[in-house]
Amino acid sequence: MLKINHLQARIEEKEILKGINLDIKPGEIHAIMGPNGSGKSTLASVLAGRSDYEVTGGSVEFMGKDLLELSPEDRAKEGLFLAFQYPVEIPGVSTTNFIKSAVNEKRKYLGQEPLDAAQFLRTMKEKMKLVEIDQSLLSRSLNEGFSGGEKKRNEIFQMAMLEPKLAILDETDSGLDIDALRIVANGVNQLRNKDNAFLVVTHYQRLLDYIVPDFVHVLYKGRIVRSGTKELAKELEEKGYDFIKAEVDQELA
Amino acid sequence: MMDSTQILKEAFEKQDVANGNLAAFQQENWKAFSGLGLPAIKHEEWKYTGIRNVFSDRLVINNEMNISPDLLKTLLIAGTEEANRIVFVNGRFQQSLSITTDHANDLCIKSLEAAAGDEDAPFVEVNLGHSQRYHRDGINALNAAFANGGVYIRINKGVTLKNPIVIYHIADSTLGKRCSHPRILVNMKEAAQAELVETFHNHGGGETLTNEVVEICAEKDAVLHYVKMQNEGEKTNHTGTTHIRQTGKCLTHAVTITLSGALVRNNLNMVMEAEHGECHMYGLYLLNGNTLADNHTIVDNAMPHCFSNELYKGIMDDASTGVFNGKIFVRKDAQKTNAYQSNKNILIGENAAANTKPQLEILADDVKCSHGCTIGKLDEDALFYLRARGISMENARAMLLHAFAKDVLEQINNGAIRKYAEQLVSDRLSSSI
Repeated sequence: MLKINHLQARIEEKEILKGINLDIKPGEIHAIMGPNGSGKSTLASVLAGRSDYEVTGGSVEFMGKDLLELSPEDRAKEGLFLAFQYPVEIPGVSTTNFIKSAVNEKRKYLGQEPLDAAQFLRTMKEKMKLVEIDQSLLSRSLNEGFSGGEKKRNEIFQMAMLEPKLAILDETDSGLDIDALRIVANGVNQLRNKDNAFLVVTHYQRLLDYIVPDFVHVLYKGRIVRSGTKELAKELEEKGYDFIKAEVDQELA
Repeated sequence: MMDSTQILKEAFEKQDVANGNLAAFQQENWKAFSGLGLPAIKHEEWKYTGIRNVFSDRLVINNEMNISPDLLKTLLIAGTEEANRIVFVNGRFQQSLSITTDHANDLCIKSLEAAAGDEDAPFVEVNLGHSQRYHRDGINALNAAFANGGVYIRINKGVTLKNPIVIYHIADSTLGKRCSHPRILVNMKEAAQAELVETFHNHGGGETLTNEVVEICAEKDAVLHYVKMQNEGEKTNHTGTTHIRQTGKCLTHAVTITLSGALVRNNLNMVMEAEHGECHMYGLYLLNGNTLADNHTIVDNAMPHCFSNELYKGIMDDASTGVFNGKIFVRKDAQKTNAYQSNKNILIGENAAANTKPQLEILADDVKCSHGCTIGKLDEDALFYLRARGISMENARAMLLHAFAKDVLEQINNGAIRKYAEQLVSDRLSSSI
């Protein structure tokens, strides 16, 4: 589904990704962990198409297409979803209208009829239950004045509405209390199936107790330096990142 | 070839002589205009707005008109069928095209000339030309010189009008560059409540120049909702002053929407002459092409405990320019004044520009006044967020601009007018920007 091959990217003059290789197949959950500044969020942003980053090398194939050639909106319509680490507050844009536009633009792209008001409402009600989000939140301006937890739940709600093939969760656990974390993870677990995949970017192992990954990768200094199963995450939790840093720095030296 | 001053002079001399009181006012103002001339850009108040250039030697000023009731029908705003309707053609009030739907005991609409000579004469005497205390310039005087085509509106004591008053200004540009001088004088008696809407149309789509003066005097406990809508196309030049005077504690609320024009200059004055007065001023200018829209506002606090709130927002595409100048005067006795002012601009076009200038003159020492202005581009993070959900660049931009404009549009009190304005803005945002 997603094939990342020796991906390199920089912001301004600073090289951040220095050759990422990653292969994600339908039905899989991958976790990317790593210390602060290792390039985790950069990877998420580059995949979603944020223009602040310049891709300087490598390739990314998504569903058989050259992802890097697509605009951010076309990536989304092809089935890529980024749950933002910091969802943007947009005063004056109603959450419901925004989601309706997003859903229907995607349907149009895929050659499907737009949802009418009744169908949309029905789908919305169903997905709202899934992420335990309240109607009152959705009638407000997009993320405006939402708490940290509400913003993250809104991200998962949007994911549920858009039914992506690959969802990238960028530090969705940051700033969440344990209840919100459980709700978010629960949403993800209910949405996973054999045809979709998740890339969970996180600093802590905590989230992975709830969303159990098939593979765990450690990102450090712009490269994936270790890959393993969920046991690797446990090990990191116990020993911290320092032991990997030390090992890798030694290898590089 | 005659220059514009000669054309104006000829038109002034040729017009029908009004009755005594109004004729004297016109004469006096013609003399003033002859002395003052048109404001030059070295005039601080007209720094960004070169009004002299729009007075060309091709001005057409006469009473010829070719506006039929059928044509008028095509201009009417949906949902305002019951409204009191006042029609101006080429700056002159047209009694035959106008209708009063509220009761005659509640609302009186008649020519300014009639009002200057009947029981309303004392009001006219005091209030006609009141705006000249703030705008001593040739433009205002020129309008006054042609005041005999004006209208007078009185809303009687304690009356809440059932229907809004919608004023349609139609300039007929089919015969050449039409120059019009509409004049409106409004008398809101104690506790009167009204919605007053002005909308402007250019019949023929040729060059026009409209120089308007509206003077409103609101007594104690009056409530006024005023809306000015400008969307006459790229060949329209407009200079206008709306002067609202509160002689008692009351509430006045104004929304000014400018969507097109060549050169547009709007003066809006709120004169707070009584304690505990409250006023609101909202503006939206959504510009493209080479349009220049210049909003000058004045809040004059003469008495204590007044409140004013002002929000003007601009979106400039292409090579358009938005100008905002907001003056707040707080006089010596106006303690406990609360005055807020904000001007926000988004530049979309490569060659678009915004000029903004708050001007506070505060002579009292116990007041709260704040002002702020911003000029920026569309928020890149917000754009990316919307696009990352699959919303196209164009739709994402339209969505953000619409959200930006909404704060002002939702201030329009009358539902039908608000809907009309929202539709015009939506159409514009989804097509040109």
